[in-house]
Amino acid sequence: MRSKLKLSSILFAAAMVVYVANVLGILFTVVLNSISKDWFRGVFPKIFTGDWYRYVSRDHDIGSLMFVTFTVAFLDVLIALAVAFPAAYVLARKEFRGKGLLLSLFLLPMIVPPMAYGIPLAMLCYKFHLAARLSGVILVNLVPIVPFMILILMPFIEQVGTNLESAAVMLGAKRWTIFRKILVPLTVPGILTAGILSIVKTISMFDLTYLVAGGNTQTIVVALYADAYAAGARPPQAVDALAVIYFLTAMICLLVALKFVSPTQMVFKLK
Amino acid sequence: MSSASKSGSKVLLAPAIAFLVLLFLYPFAYGLYLSFTKADGGATFANYVRFFKDPWDFRTIWTTLWISLPITFINVGLAIPFAYYMRRGMKGEKTITFFLIVPITLGAVLISEGMLSYMGPRGWLNQFLMAIGLVHHPVRFTHNYLGVVISLGLSGFPYAFLMLLGYVSGINPDLEKASQMLGASKFQTFWKILFPLMVPGVAIAFCLNFVMAFSVFPSAVLLGQPSGPTRVIAIAAYQWAFEKFNFNAASAISMIMAAIELIVITLVLVWRGRMYKGASIVGKG
Amino acid sequence: MKDFKHISVRRMTKRFGDKTALHEFSLAFDKGEFVTFLGPSGCGKSTALNCITGLIPISGGEIFIDDECIDDSRNKVAPEKREFGMVFQNYALFPHLSVFDNVAFGLRLRKHTKKSVKEKVDTALRLVHLEGYGSKFPAQMSGGEQQRVAIARCIVLEPRLLLLDEPLSNLDAKLRVELRYELKALHERLRVTTIYVTHDQTEALALSDRIVVMRAGKIQQVGTPEEVFSDPANLFVADFMGFKNMWKAKIESLSQSPDHLDAVVKTAGGSLRAHLRYPEGDPRRSALVAAQASGKPVVTAIRPEDILLHAQAGMNLLSCTSTLVEYLGQQSQVSACFDASTPEGAADRIDFRSSDRVEEGRGLELGVAPDKLLLFPELDTIASTVEEGSP
Repeated sequence: MRSKLKLSSILFAAAMVVYVANVLGILFTVVLNSISKDWFRGVFPKIFTGDWYRYVSRDHDIGSLMFVTFTVAFLDVLIALAVAFPAAYVLARKEFRGKGLLLSLFLLPMIVPPMAYGIPLAMLCYKFHLAARLSGVILVNLVPIVPFMILILMPFIEQVGTNLESAAVMLGAKRWTIFRKILVPLTVPGILTAGILSIVKTISMFDLTYLVAGGNTQTIVVALYADAYAAGARPPQAVDALAVIYFLTAMICLLVALKFVSPTQMVFKLK
Repeated sequence: MSSASKSGSKVLLAPAIAFLVLLFLYPFAYGLYLSFTKADGGATFANYVRFFKDPWDFRTIWTTLWISLPITFINVGLAIPFAYYMRRGMKGEKTITFFLIVPITLGAVLISEGMLSYMGPRGWLNQFLMAIGLVHHPVRFTHNYLGVVISLGLSGFPYAFLMLLGYVSGINPDLEKASQMLGASKFQTFWKILFPLMVPGVAIAFCLNFVMAFSVFPSAVLLGQPSGPTRVIAIAAYQWAFEKFNFNAASAISMIMAAIELIVITLVLVWRGRMYKGASIVGKG
Repeated sequence: MKDFKHISVRRMTKRFGDKTALHEFSLAFDKGEFVTFLGPSGCGKSTALNCITGLIPISGGEIFIDDECIDDSRNKVAPEKREFGMVFQNYALFPHLSVFDNVAFGLRLRKHTKKSVKEKVDTALRLVHLEGYGSKFPAQMSGGEQQRVAIARCIVLEPRLLLLDEPLSNLDAKLRVELRYELKALHERLRVTTIYVTHDQTEALALSDRIVVMRAGKIQQVGTPEEVFSDPANLFVADFMGFKNMWKAKIESLSQSPDHLDAVVKTAGGSLRAHLRYPEGDPRRSALVAAQASGKPVVTAIRPEDILLHAQAGMNLLSCTSTLVEYLGQQSQVSACFDASTPEGAADRIDFRSSDRVEEGRGLELGVAPDKLLLFPELDTIASTVEEGSP
């Protein structure tokens, strides 16, 4: 009995070590590659340099990439909150005919992968001259974020007892007052969770952004893909330097996010 | 006096419904419409006929299935025992889940870019494998089928694992105790009690993993051979749309992609229906 | 506060889908009265309460404050404009606000000055014995304290009507008695018109000016605690008021006089005499007369306390055998049956209390005075209980 238990622990630990070692290996390779020269053999590079970062800053307008990335992320969060919160409230509180259907329709954009609906969506953006514009990038990124937020916010709203709302009504509060003084303060953790997770998701959203972004509306991850795709056009270390910039941006957001939420909340929540 | 109003809740739903219709349902319908239309207008099946007649395009279905199905089985198959093992929490859980969430957060582009060097012929992985004598010549991990599959595993496994972990830890631990008190061994308890209760979660994890793998795009381009063995269906759709600018043909491929995903999801849900007849979640809150 | 004399509810009905949770509920409340809605869960008492607040819309009927109609099932005054206060079973304190801010919530919405808010909140907190608790948060308080805050939050607004929905049911037994006493004292002092919902008959008896006993969405009896306790209108109310001994019987004879009725009934334990104070015109009286004529069975109802171990002169005698004795301290709770050897004899259970020691399996000769015995026609079977409505 005891030896069996030990075996499973060893297997678990070994698998986790292999997994973590490879993930770390990938990340460290990128970082080392971006600060080294002539690393053709050996465990570590011999010559270190900052050249590739200078190269990247000549090659790309890093400021613009950052600006677009964060503008899209923050504006999307604000818009999505304004759209998702009222909807999550109704879905959490009210029973009505067709609620199940509506809920599954809201879930669809999370389940259907971007490449399946992204192409027609991108075509519509071209049709309405939104492609390669900031507004277009913001719009398409809303698609996975709004349902994601609805799903995260619903349980937080459910936790606020209906009695609290009734009590506020009996004390003379109107709808807007209840929203401002009771609902929002009590769902701040949910709003934070939804907001932060959405920012992390939007920063790393490649597929949809790639299909509509262009010129000076690229986000970092799209620029990174474009560089990696055109591998011959620039030294691979320069691509890795951009990768590090993206990696740091995403990691900082992730670390901030993990201060507030648990990793299991970052994947599709099963119910 | 005010008359009791029920319209209030509809007003609150309106923005979200408008969003759903304009940004999701309408584009989908538009894609469906385009796929049955000729470039110069007029209804036609030609876009679909062309896809199925063109061996170069038609083959992408099998290519994509050949990439996505095995790795989905591996991801979910590994996630089940690992989630089971960690269901009551453990030391270092935070660290483990952190490293699992990293590849999901960073996304396929960065992972692919990193894998090109790390798993390249002179990368750390091959150096290590040769140093311990497991192989004598560098193994080719990139620019082939294997590379794409590995990248899908690196991000798909944590996804399945974290999903199932949330699900398994929601199963009432008393059920397990009760089973053991009734004389079941650990394995019997897992196989007869926990796994059947996990089935709905496993089904959804499988569906989502498959759907993500089937629409794989950036890593198939960067890590695979996009003009050959890893020319997946998303690449075909992309090329028709943005290289040949034939939106009608591209839409048809998008619709085929969605249809295949739907078929697989349906099959999985049928399997789940046969396996699991109870409520959708058992146990405490 | 707008002054008023009566609040009257007229034929108020509430349907959830095709289920009727409340059927033509009519009742008038005088200003300052303490009225309790009493009944088992699912009887519609909470639905009635929530309908009166306006938190759930009514399907039919009207609610008036004097001549002002506040709800006629089509148009209604919004709940927040009725100037009613409500205390919830689970307190419903706002967890993100301090005790002071909870109590001040309604005052601030009514744009009271800072000084007036402070004065009123302090007074209200003093009334519920929570001076100095203002800066605490609900999570830091015990259930009893939280409920006091909830009460203070309502009375600070001087509501026209105070509604309490099972306010004590989440508290432990000792606190319940304590807070019940305080509620009573508070009502004596403030004389706020109050509706109190409970399933606990002791609470109802202790607190109320009038009790409304409900069952399956219908009022069974309205009366003072004494009336409801000693003169229940039907078998259901009798059961709820502790007439635990209920045996099936047949009327052998009835002799009528204007203010009472003398009956002899045949039970499994033999013939019993009953002296019933059912005056002419009492529906119970006519029902018994009808039951005698049709030969339908009736039911006797006796409290355990009214069955004596040692029969006295003029009492009905009950020959029975004790089956189970539970020692309760000062007294023992004894269960007995008439005759364990026949199914009819074993079917009826006799419950009584005794200060003397009783052994199990012993033959007993119990006594019950004829005027302690009530007779009722059998209860009509009403479609099973409806669900309690919630807002």
